[in-house]
Amino acid sequence: MSDGQSQDGIVGRGNREGADLFRQWFSELNRTAEQGGPSAYVFVMGSMCEILRTFDLPVVFPEINSLQMAVRRVAHEYLNQAEDYGYSPDICGYVKADVAVQLRGGEHPMGRIPKPSIAVLTNACNTYIKWAEIWERMYHIPVFTLDIPGTRAAGTQTWKGDPDFENDRRYVQAQISELISLCERVTGIRFDIDRLRETMSCVNEMSRGWKQVLEFNKSRPSLFNALTDGTIYLGVANSFRGAPEGGRYFTNLVDEMAYKAARSIGTLTEEKYRLTFIGVPCYPIFRRFNELFTEWGGTFVHSTYLWFASGGANLGFEYDLARPLESLAEGVLISVRDAMDSMFYQDRAILEMVDAFHLDGVVYHPIKSCRTTSTGMADNRRSVMAARDIPSLFIESDMMDRRVVGEAQMKNRIDAFFEGLASRKRQEATAQGAEEFQGREERTNGLHRRS
Amino acid sequence: MDLRTFEAWRGKPLEEVLYECRELLEDMTFPTVRRWREAGGKVVGHFQVYFPEEIVHAAGILPFKVCGAPIEAFQADSRFGSYLCSILKTSLELALSKRVEFDMFVTHPICDAARNLGAVWGRNFPYPCQILYLPQNANSPAAVTYLRNEYARLQRSIESIAGRPVTEDDLRRSLAMYNRNRTLLRELYALKRTTPWLVSADEAYVLVALGGLMPPEEHNELLETVLPQIAARPNKKQDKIRVVFEGGFCEQPPLDLIRAIARFCYVVDDDLLIGLRWILNDVPFEGDPLLNLALAYLENSSYSPVQHDLRKPKEKMLIERIRNSQADAAILTAAKMCEPGLEEQVAYLHALDKEGIPYFISEFEEKMTSFDHLEIQLETFVENILFS
Repeated sequence: MSDGQSQDGIVGRGNREGADLFRQWFSELNRTAEQGGPSAYVFVMGSMCEILRTFDLPVVFPEINSLQMAVRRVAHEYLNQAEDYGYSPDICGYVKADVAVQLRGGEHPMGRIPKPSIAVLTNACNTYIKWAEIWERMYHIPVFTLDIPGTRAAGTQTWKGDPDFENDRRYVQAQISELISLCERVTGIRFDIDRLRETMSCVNEMSRGWKQVLEFNKSRPSLFNALTDGTIYLGVANSFRGAPEGGRYFTNLVDEMAYKAARSIGTLTEEKYRLTFIGVPCYPIFRRFNELFTEWGGTFVHSTYLWFASGGANLGFEYDLARPLESLAEGVLISVRDAMDSMFYQDRAILEMVDAFHLDGVVYHPIKSCRTTSTGMADNRRSVMAARDIPSLFIESDMMDRRVVGEAQMKNRIDAFFEGLASRKRQEATAQGAEEFQGREERTNGLHRRS
Repeated sequence: MDLRTFEAWRGKPLEEVLYECRELLEDMTFPTVRRWREAGGKVVGHFQVYFPEEIVHAAGILPFKVCGAPIEAFQADSRFGSYLCSILKTSLELALSKRVEFDMFVTHPICDAARNLGAVWGRNFPYPCQILYLPQNANSPAAVTYLRNEYARLQRSIESIAGRPVTEDDLRRSLAMYNRNRTLLRELYALKRTTPWLVSADEAYVLVALGGLMPPEEHNELLETVLPQIAARPNKKQDKIRVVFEGGFCEQPPLDLIRAIARFCYVVDDDLLIGLRWILNDVPFEGDPLLNLALAYLENSSYSPVQHDLRKPKEKMLIERIRNSQADAAILTAAKMCEPGLEEQVAYLHALDKEGIPYFISEFEEKMTSFDHLEIQLETFVENILFS
């Protein structure tokens, strides 16, 4: 196979296959809705697909459904309907868009969403709990809150063997057993631990791949855009978690990244500035939002979104299939805790990322809809700026509500940010030139003195 | 430490006592905390809603309820984004401006904003700041043991601040003190329900709120003195409707707002500072005190929009509160930008519609100063009920 043929097949394969898988997943949801089949409503941080797939429950991610409405530029219609129903403009847009979908009997721009038979959520985001209470009232379905204790204070994570960790793990494991019993009652299917091992094995393959993919973007030029390509990968990471297709997808994606890294094939952007993105993307103008950066040669080489919205899969935690339930509890606890850490204590991780990913700047995007990701962002930024001399941009908008997305104002801020980055690069180049000149002079003078 | 931090009320008639209490609550220099610290005492600040104050008290430390304040967040504003409730900003401002100084700070995962507070606080102060992970799955049989051990973890942190161990007997003494406090608060609320013309909503609020900023010994003495005097007031019943006020579980409405409501209504029950009244009965002394506290939190407690418990659907609990207090209507409020409060409002209003219970919907912010518009709306609402 020639290099050209390889490139045709491999480069961009992750995006093509990701889009295909995503459509396939949505078609299946549509079919389930048409047939009136059961489904489980879950969330991206701790979806518990490992368990749910063993009971043949199709998983619905309302967060993903909602963001699709924003990307397809119809979110406002749904938000208005939920606000007419009584919901405040000041609450999460994902919740409101989903309420409107439910009020419309599952009607969604990509098809029909099945009604839930069960909802499973973690406390990684408190809004998950309030959201599930809405379905509880609408459908009178069982709602299971898997409570996952997070990090108590910065840098105090505990690990296996520590009494505090074991207290948390026992609590999570007991809840997982309760969830299994509940799924048995809801589906009438007896729990099969070997099927659980299969789904956990698929998750292992996915987590291993996800971690490697993220690591690969240390390459210069970067191999994928964490904001745009990354969102496609995240779609698969969530909707196919625990499925063989999901594991295979990430193995293939690692191959693609290795191929691109070996040949220095970067993203479409001529990479001048390497950035990291903190928060949730601006979906109402998703493509344009990214262009505001790429037009300047900026590319997102990393994003905290790829950590928390994958439920902490970035850690690459691999389950021990010899002791599945205990290991599942450990893995869920450690991974979801990490997802929470990447929102609350992100300053530490960003500081580590600056050198490893050769960052030129940090872009913070707090949004009106999400207090979980946005509340501490300004303070995190202060902390990063106090510790490192790294330029940063702080722009507020929303991931759903176009009423609070001011594109012109945003562009002004982004342009000014890049002008600053450009000026900084020039100054660095001048300083470096002066240093080199001085170094040459000193070496020359030294030679003269010796001679 | 056997110290009295608030003496101004002693030996005075009831109206003057209530005046001194209000003055203390509105004093943003927090003199009780200052006096405690000046005497060498340590202080643990804990954010809304519920906190097991017994564990701090047992270590000889003053637990201080951090629940915002009607102040400008000059320094704290730069630590937060725009779309946020006020209580988070003003709570941090209290500490940044050194109005109150702590030796430790604890927050809880009650909402998406509050769980960020531990990290923000920790980056701004050198003393320990942590999240107490109260269980969010109240229905798991494993939650009680988990919480008991989480309390033990908290106790170890507090012992390191106190510089001494906390014994089971220390804890039992504190349980007794707080059991007495809860009994007195229940008596106050019984007065509100049965004879609301004897104690206005704002007076009752002040008396409850002082419990968050002084040792329970002092709060008990105060309540033991004033409650019989309130019961003996010669006040006559007025032509006001009986309402339940809902929405004060975290950020607190301005005292003047509560007073404005009290002009038109008898507030016969509410969820104001519900954390101080979270546990409904005495916590037993026998056995493991931490386990008893954990059991009380989960099995013998009130409700709020920030605790999910399948046994306590909030709208059902609100309707029970309305029925039990024989209220004619509800005032459904939420702090601006408070997501759990605003989300719960929708469930409440649909449930009250179904039950045919009138309600008045409003939002508030702790820094509000003008209530004219709200008073006109409320007056119209009350008249509609009185003359319908």
